[in-house]
Amino acid sequence: MSITLIYTVVVLSTIGIVSAIILYYVSQKFKVHEDPRIDQIEEALPSANCGGCGYAGCRAFAEACVAENELSALFCPVGGNDCMSEIAGILGLEAVQKAPKVAVLRCNGTCEHRPKTNAFDGAKSCASASSLYSGETGCAFGCLGYGDCVDVCDFDALHMNTETGLPEVDDEKCVACGACVDACPKDLFELRKKMPKDRKIYVACRNEDKGAAAKKSCEVACIGCGKCVKECPFEAITMDNNLAFIDSDKCKLCRKCVAVCPTGAIIEENFPPRKIKTEEIAEPTSAGPDSTDKA
Amino acid sequence: MLKTFKMGGVHPAENKLSAGKAIEKLPLPKTVSIPVAQHIGAPATVVVKRGDEVKVGTVIAQSSGFVSTNIHSSVSGKVAKIDDVMDASGYKKKAVVISVEGDEWEQGIDTSDTLIKETHLDAKEINAKILAAGIVGLGGATFPTHVKLSPPPGMTAEVLLINGVECEPYLTSDHRLMLEKTAEIIVGTKLLMKSLGVNKAVIGIENNKPDAITRMKDFTANEPEITVQPLKVKYPQGGEKQLIKAVTGKEVPSGALPIAVGAVVNNVGTAFAVYEAVMKNKPLIERVVTVTGKSVKEPSNLMVRVGTPVTELVEAAGGMPEDTGKVISGGPMMGRALTTLEVPVTKGTSGILLIRNEESKRSEMEPCIRCGKCVNVCPMGLEPFLLMTMSEKKLWERSEDRHVMDCIECGSCSFTCPSNRPLLDYIRLGKGTVGKLIRARKSQN
Repeated sequence: MSITLIYTVVVLSTIGIVSAIILYYVSQKFKVHEDPRIDQIEEALPSANCGGCGYAGCRAFAEACVAENELSALFCPVGGNDCMSEIAGILGLEAVQKAPKVAVLRCNGTCEHRPKTNAFDGAKSCASASSLYSGETGCAFGCLGYGDCVDVCDFDALHMNTETGLPEVDDEKCVACGACVDACPKDLFELRKKMPKDRKIYVACRNEDKGAAAKKSCEVACIGCGKCVKECPFEAITMDNNLAFIDSDKCKLCRKCVAVCPTGAIIEENFPPRKIKTEEIAEPTSAGPDSTDKA
Repeated sequence: MLKTFKMGGVHPAENKLSAGKAIEKLPLPKTVSIPVAQHIGAPATVVVKRGDEVKVGTVIAQSSGFVSTNIHSSVSGKVAKIDDVMDASGYKKKAVVISVEGDEWEQGIDTSDTLIKETHLDAKEINAKILAAGIVGLGGATFPTHVKLSPPPGMTAEVLLINGVECEPYLTSDHRLMLEKTAEIIVGTKLLMKSLGVNKAVIGIENNKPDAITRMKDFTANEPEITVQPLKVKYPQGGEKQLIKAVTGKEVPSGALPIAVGAVVNNVGTAFAVYEAVMKNKPLIERVVTVTGKSVKEPSNLMVRVGTPVTELVEAAGGMPEDTGKVISGGPMMGRALTTLEVPVTKGTSGILLIRNEESKRSEMEPCIRCGKCVNVCPMGLEPFLLMTMSEKKLWERSEDRHVMDCIECGSCSFTCPSNRPLLDYIRLGKGTVGKLIRARKSQN
């Protein structure tokens, strides 16, 4: 055994041991102390990283949960109430149950109802077209049909119906994350309270023009006549700028407004067909669709 | 060597089909719809109501702020209604609809053709008359002229540039004005110089208008303070920053106004309108509009009253050709396609182009091949391919950093892209969104 070899081994080993000791103490001193509950909460979350909670991903939401004293302002729309209960359990806090919501498109201006007055030759993007002019039809408020919402949905819940020219929401898949609400330049999507059997009643219109002008552009436009407001027994309907709005929190799904709407702007979804009384004059079925059809 | 701007530029076919046609007066229509927002800034406030009798020159809407101006009736008759009317912007806007009866003018307006050269009015009075007459930039931007002539404190004007460039293909209204109203334009120029307090003016004219250059040179031979500068034919030479660079050699800094380098630019049409306002007491109620297109029977330059429906102009030019693809208000580079012919002519309508389908239909968009042609042609030194992607991905802060607000919307990038990418559409979206963000930020501070 040469002396050089012994020296080499000893020197290198010493350097190694000294470095290891230094590294150990440094790693201990600069260790980031993270609350272990953050990891636990992240496990409980659906890992969709969709941003529906308002935070930059599931981990950021987990950190926010641990940082807060109570969970009233925090909700994961994908995980829903079950997930929030689990998180509440981990943190020892009270779970806040929120009514599930679903996205609804407030426009029924299909190709049939709302004729085109010109052809758009620009980039087929809703955001771009909306910034350039009032659209291919007479209604400056309605759906443009180029599908920015479909592109942005992470949950495969929006599909364009090429016949009607409108996007359709898949109630099963929609988690009400709000991406479509942000993407639509015409503010057509609304997150409404989810009702039993996926039943919905809403004004499928955002047109604020005066009645005659609105009706001229689209057969099923809201003309601001106010009949629905008078008819509603629960004061769920308000009128603003020639446009009616049904508050989904107050609506009891009685369908009275649907019956009186003269243009069929109010839509009812997933209801059984109305019974027609034979002794009286037949109750006017809504001019708009019922059951699951939307066109 | 002819002067020109150094950065970017493209050479679209000139198609100056109506250059040889003298200006004709278009007969009065039956109704006019005069929008209250025909200028940059706050829309004017309506001061008439249904049933009111008006004459040519009656104020129908008043300036509603610093950056705003007056709107006058362009016809005599009765106010039929105040309604929302579709205009060339593609949106419905409030307008005063007047049914035409006769052609009576307000008292005090001199309708004769006599040239008046001298005035005793001082700079302030001239500026006041310009505001009273509702004069806006007639190059198409429609910025209220009296505001442009009032530099912000701390900045002084050194030179007045008169824009006779008319770089948009097809348009010839400025060309004809320079040939037919030469003396009036020179007087207008001197009025603008007096209002600004400068003793130097340069009239820039593109070299494809040799007759106009010669005529303007003849008429300024005895005016030592006014020179005529022929310029190389290159789009967009008529852009104010490009004109300043070519004539003075100075570059307007990013985000700044021309006054920052001591220059103020006015269109020849504006100079003519200023002459009429100050010397003839005539408010801005009509303008020259070129009606043109390769298939148009009679490409013409028409003197049109503000508010006239475009249908009348198309009829006067021989009707809409069968092969028309789009009807464009303005020129083919920066104009807007109309959704209906029932839109009114406004102060900013420089031309109506009935372009053939094969020339106007866009081809399918393809992916960006990073060729860099758009960067090459951008006269403002921007990166259009990048700005488009940023708009698509909604990266607004980065878009602002990359100077999207400096874009002059000339369309050179879209014109030159080999992949048919709608670059300008997305850049306009970026400008609109970033503009809103900037305003929100300013109002918070």
